[in-house]
Amino acid sequence: MEQMLSLFVRSIFVDNMIFAFFLGMCSYLAVSKNVKTALGLGIAVTFVLLITVPVDYLLQTKVLGPDCIIEGVDLSFLSFILFIAVIAGMVQLVEMIVERFSPSLYAALGIFLPLIAVNCAIMGASLFMQQRIGMDPNSSQYIGGVGDAIVYALGSGVGWLLAIVALAAIREKMAYTDVPKPLQGLGITFITVGLMAMAFMCFSGLSI
Amino acid sequence: MNTNSNTYTIAYASIMVVVVAFLLAFVSSALKPTQDKNVELDKKKQILAALNIRDLAGTEAVEQKYDEVVNADMIINAKGDTLNAGADKDMAGFRVETKDINAESLPLYVCKVGDEVKYVVPVSGRGLWGGLWGYVALDADCKTVFGAYFSHESETAGLGALLAEQKFQDLFKGKQVFADSAAASVALTIVKKGQVKHPEYEVDGLTGATLTTNGAAAMVNEGLQSYIGFFQTVNK
Amino acid sequence: MSKLFSKENQEVFTGPLNLNNPVAVQVLGICSALAVTSQLEPSIVMGLSVTVITAFANVIISLLRKTIPNRIRIIVQLVVVATLVTLVSQILKAFAYDVSVQLSVYVGLIITNCILMGRLEAFAMQNGPWASFLDGIGSGLGYAWILVAVGFVRELLGAGTLLGFRIIPESFYVENGGCYVNNGMMTMPAMALIIVGCIIWAHRAYNDRKAK
Repeated sequence: MEQMLSLFVRSIFVDNMIFAFFLGMCSYLAVSKNVKTALGLGIAVTFVLLITVPVDYLLQTKVLGPDCIIEGVDLSFLSFILFIAVIAGMVQLVEMIVERFSPSLYAALGIFLPLIAVNCAIMGASLFMQQRIGMDPNSSQYIGGVGDAIVYALGSGVGWLLAIVALAAIREKMAYTDVPKPLQGLGITFITVGLMAMAFMCFSGLSI
Repeated sequence: MNTNSNTYTIAYASIMVVVVAFLLAFVSSALKPTQDKNVELDKKKQILAALNIRDLAGTEAVEQKYDEVVNADMIINAKGDTLNAGADKDMAGFRVETKDINAESLPLYVCKVGDEVKYVVPVSGRGLWGGLWGYVALDADCKTVFGAYFSHESETAGLGALLAEQKFQDLFKGKQVFADSAAASVALTIVKKGQVKHPEYEVDGLTGATLTTNGAAAMVNEGLQSYIGFFQTVNK
Repeated sequence: MSKLFSKENQEVFTGPLNLNNPVAVQVLGICSALAVTSQLEPSIVMGLSVTVITAFANVIISLLRKTIPNRIRIIVQLVVVATLVTLVSQILKAFAYDVSVQLSVYVGLIITNCILMGRLEAFAMQNGPWASFLDGIGSGLGYAWILVAVGFVRELLGAGTLLGFRIIPESFYVENGGCYVNNGMMTMPAMALIIVGCIIWAHRAYNDRKAK
């Protein structure tokens, strides 16, 4: 239980998808113009993560790992394809749900909803999960069961959500500031994210 | 042809899956031996580096040197009993993965540099961002460090990552494992930069990387501690 | 031959290098661009891998473009990309083991590199194989040069080395009696973002002036 808690806190603050690994930057930069859409996308990403990471965990340990289906056969070279297939399928499902229940959010997210499929944060979480299965069990990054996988997915999702909402809030305020012309838009956003990442680095010393 | 019909879509998808699966299975099985060899070679290089044999050029030089220097890799337990002698280079100890190391299976490499017997033990731990690992080579009496090699997964480049540099690893040469002659617990450790009080068994840490230093200190100290049973049998 | 390098094809190739740069202008593929750039060598390998994969994925999709059923278009593209990425990752593991260890999960993340999907969807689905190949190489190199530029600055200022060779002499350092220290900040992830921000700034300022 304690291990799960530290995994959760760690994946929100220390191993933050945006600030420590830069994953999911494309949609992060493009959809962070206002807080409301940012929140919607953040929730959608967290939701997709929550489903795909545990599913990929089961695939990895029960199907792809060495000696899982056939004795002596290691299928892990198929992991990229299977992971992306699971993700693409889940995104399709989320897209249908959002379209059915919240057409306004659907319209606001536009092209970025299907693009969650190629959101690196989602694929990245699955790949990190795959890497962490083989880790030292005492480490606070270790993933040793479906429970851990769910906690890790939730932590990463919340971390991403936090990052995008924070950036959106800053950008809303920044609309009124006088930024040099060539730096406007993308350039200043990058530098803002860099400064935010620096602030988040303080968490790296957190001993949990 | 109607590319939007269901039959066509399904047939297309199935053909694609079959083609891709065969292609990948073929490539993966064709490259597997080379990949395994790389992993093995990497480990051999690390063990040799702990014995201060670095910068070997080419695969064959590494293999040859390893065969020459490492006489046996065995599995022992915490009490120091040999479980699998591995004298004929069956690589029993070599195959033990870091995560499988516990009190009942501790890999140990018995080496001969020149005419002197050296022992190499693997150590592993956690740094600031991720895992740390390494090998420590000890003299025949298991009381003096002969050499060390460390590496890391993702420590901060330029600070914690200096752990993997020879300059830091060379500091371990000649350090004592124990503080006194009783040799009951391992004293060898790494302290914060510039705070060495007992230069016999304390190693100066890394600048600006306190957490990596602490992690490495725990790794070396605890890692050697688990071999204490073996050290005592050697000295009996 | 002249047809192969016609004016349009040249534009297809050079566009992404400058005016239509995938990273600086279209904001694609940032994700994997930043994390591997703390040193020059992985940046170069990453840039090359992406270039090769984009070019071949573009060619394959462009050859298949008339046969792909519209409904499973995205999945087909993802499968082609994922297959190529798996191949590259296996080849790296077999022949460039050290680099594959450094890149770790980021090789897999090429799959979700938006440049790939963007080019496949926007270009390869409508154009012939040769033009698509050039487009792929161009976009890949446009991405690669930003990576290499960031990797260059970060390794030089952060560690005083380039490709592992020492550039700033040891004797300049404070501990050896000099007056220089490495900028540890450069090796932190945060600085990668700020450097890219500055590259975009310079790039825009330059192109705006030229446009005037």
